[in-house]
Amino acid sequence: MTHVKISMAQALNQALRDAMTADESVVMFGEDVGALGGVFRITDGLTAEFGDKRCFDTPLAEAGIVGMAVGMAMNGMRPVVEMQFDAFGYPAFEQVVSHVAKMRNRTRGRVQLPMVIRIPYGGGIGGVEHHSDSSESYFAHTPGLTVVTPATVADAYGLLRRAIEFPDPVVFMEPKKLYWAKEEVDLTESQPGIGTAVVRRDGADATLIAYGPALPVALEAAEVAAAEGRQLTVVDLRSVVPFDDETVCAAVRRTGRAVVVAEASGFASVSSEIVARVTEKCFHSLAAPVRRVTAFDIPFPPPKLEKYQLPSVDRILDAVDDLQWEDS
Amino acid sequence: MTTVEEHLLPSAEPVCLIDQNGVPHDHPSYRLPTKEALLDGYTQLIRGRRFNDQASALVRQGRLAVYPSSFGQEACQLAATMVLREGDWLFPTYRDSVSIMSRGVDPIETLTLLRGDWHSGYDPYEHKVAPQATPLATQLPHAVGVAHAARLKGEDTVVMALVGDGGTSEGDFHEALNFAAVFQAPVVFFIQNNEYAISVPLARQSAAPSLAHKGIGYGVPGERADGNDLAGLLAVLGQAVNNARAGEGPQLIEAHTYRVQAHTNADDASRYRQDDEVTPWLDRDPIERLTTYLEQQGWLNDDIRATAEAGAVQVAAQLRDGLMPEPEVDPADLFAHLYAGETQQLREQSAFLRDELAREEA
Repeated sequence: MTHVKISMAQALNQALRDAMTADESVVMFGEDVGALGGVFRITDGLTAEFGDKRCFDTPLAEAGIVGMAVGMAMNGMRPVVEMQFDAFGYPAFEQVVSHVAKMRNRTRGRVQLPMVIRIPYGGGIGGVEHHSDSSESYFAHTPGLTVVTPATVADAYGLLRRAIEFPDPVVFMEPKKLYWAKEEVDLTESQPGIGTAVVRRDGADATLIAYGPALPVALEAAEVAAAEGRQLTVVDLRSVVPFDDETVCAAVRRTGRAVVVAEASGFASVSSEIVARVTEKCFHSLAAPVRRVTAFDIPFPPPKLEKYQLPSVDRILDAVDDLQWEDS
Repeated sequence: MTTVEEHLLPSAEPVCLIDQNGVPHDHPSYRLPTKEALLDGYTQLIRGRRFNDQASALVRQGRLAVYPSSFGQEACQLAATMVLREGDWLFPTYRDSVSIMSRGVDPIETLTLLRGDWHSGYDPYEHKVAPQATPLATQLPHAVGVAHAARLKGEDTVVMALVGDGGTSEGDFHEALNFAAVFQAPVVFFIQNNEYAISVPLARQSAAPSLAHKGIGYGVPGERADGNDLAGLLAVLGQAVNNARAGEGPQLIEAHTYRVQAHTNADDASRYRQDDEVTPWLDRDPIERLTTYLEQQGWLNDDIRATAEAGAVQVAAQLRDGLMPEPEVDPADLFAHLYAGETQQLREQSAFLRDELAREEA
């Protein structure tokens, strides 16, 4: 197959289109996903192609959207719903935590919920209040949920297809800052599945662990570090839950030093969890405490200030410099 | 010619076909159910009452963690399922055990949640009964989803979604009604207004003329019925189910009933209401009035009484036998059914617990 240059938004759109073509029980709904094609155009053209019974607009009520998806999944369908923006998903939180996450467990596996909750998340697009949250830790903390987040165009396509085929509910976090990032990709090329982290860059000196919107920043930092003489491994988590201890720990043991990079606030977060796991499992391989580069523990700031909140190449390099190098 | 608003408005008075003295009344819109339906209802009421009594006794004996009784509301519990077909769905709350049992679920499985050995004891697909919902009104959007999916698949399923008076204050109640109306989903929302949400009376819950009036804001026709009159409930709910099945969209029914007992055994009702409020409701008991009517019709013979009593005795014995022994629990269950596949983390935690238990035994 030939490689085509497309954006992450287009790859997600293609994944939905291909999933709906492959399986008639896949339905897509949410706010503005019909005629408008979603505020980020992720559902562009789906209603025209599949009709308004397969891709449709709902009343503006996120708990209703997720709750209705639960019932539709109970009754043989594979709903994919869009939460439009990270912080708009909070009204649906009770449905997600009390029902989506628990239905399989409380019914001893009898009721499965093959559904996908798509959440465009994160900052970096100059959004106003409530449009830039990183909400992944809330979901990752809830047993029963699977939480994934692509950082590349190929993964956007591959992970979304996998999520829709998955037998369990998946919270699919879309880094909206990367929606317009383009790559030359072959969408038919198979990607690693859910639960697998991937080493995006190899280097013997230290490991950067990142996911979603933080991955390109980590890769850029590794590029700069290489020019300065330090070779960094960069691990892309891809799947927050289940967590790929094996790939992450193998990289950390090999390099002996690690920095976790995430866009969310650090306190009680996915990044804290990674530090805890790596410290417990790789303590004797570590030459220095595991460092973190995260957002401050403040509400996501207004757009004119967000550059101070987001992880930057400089902060990552400073954290790497701080890893107790013998030569420094 | 009625206006749209008039079509949506409930009757001025709750529909009552057999009053508290057992006297039948004509109604311009609803007819008395058949003799067979009422006799069947009588038998089920006797059984449902015994279920409530026995379950409450089992709480006192420590066999159930808790039991939210529907004593006095049995007519609502039974009418809700008597009007359904086999392919229809029931979405119950934690107080609707009698409804669940009358839908065909094994009585012991019905009480598994309240015994405390699993969160839901029955297979929801076997009798098309959703797991009991403890968070209020959150099951209502699910009911809409099941109904909407059924419509997309071309099935003529109707979904009966139960909620209490307190649940009507929750956002999910309003979102579910709105969604159902917009998508014309065949859902019958059935409010059992028993006047109390634990300790908070209806007057503190809603300022609407009635809870059935809430439908008008969503374009959903509302109706209300005497919740202690099985005949009226069967007529009103039966009509609502027919309308929903015929493609007329969701329906909202409010039953006016009363929670005769406390919220659960953990609740002290004397802190928030006086006995003189409760006593008049005992005179409106759903079983008494139907019995009086059936006797006056000469329909209630010894055979039927004996059959009803035998059903009650059987369910009581079943509950005692099934719930007296301590349930056997398997610690491995803790890690079962979280995901379709296993995760490394849960494998490790499961192994940890196994080792810990093995060390304790050694």
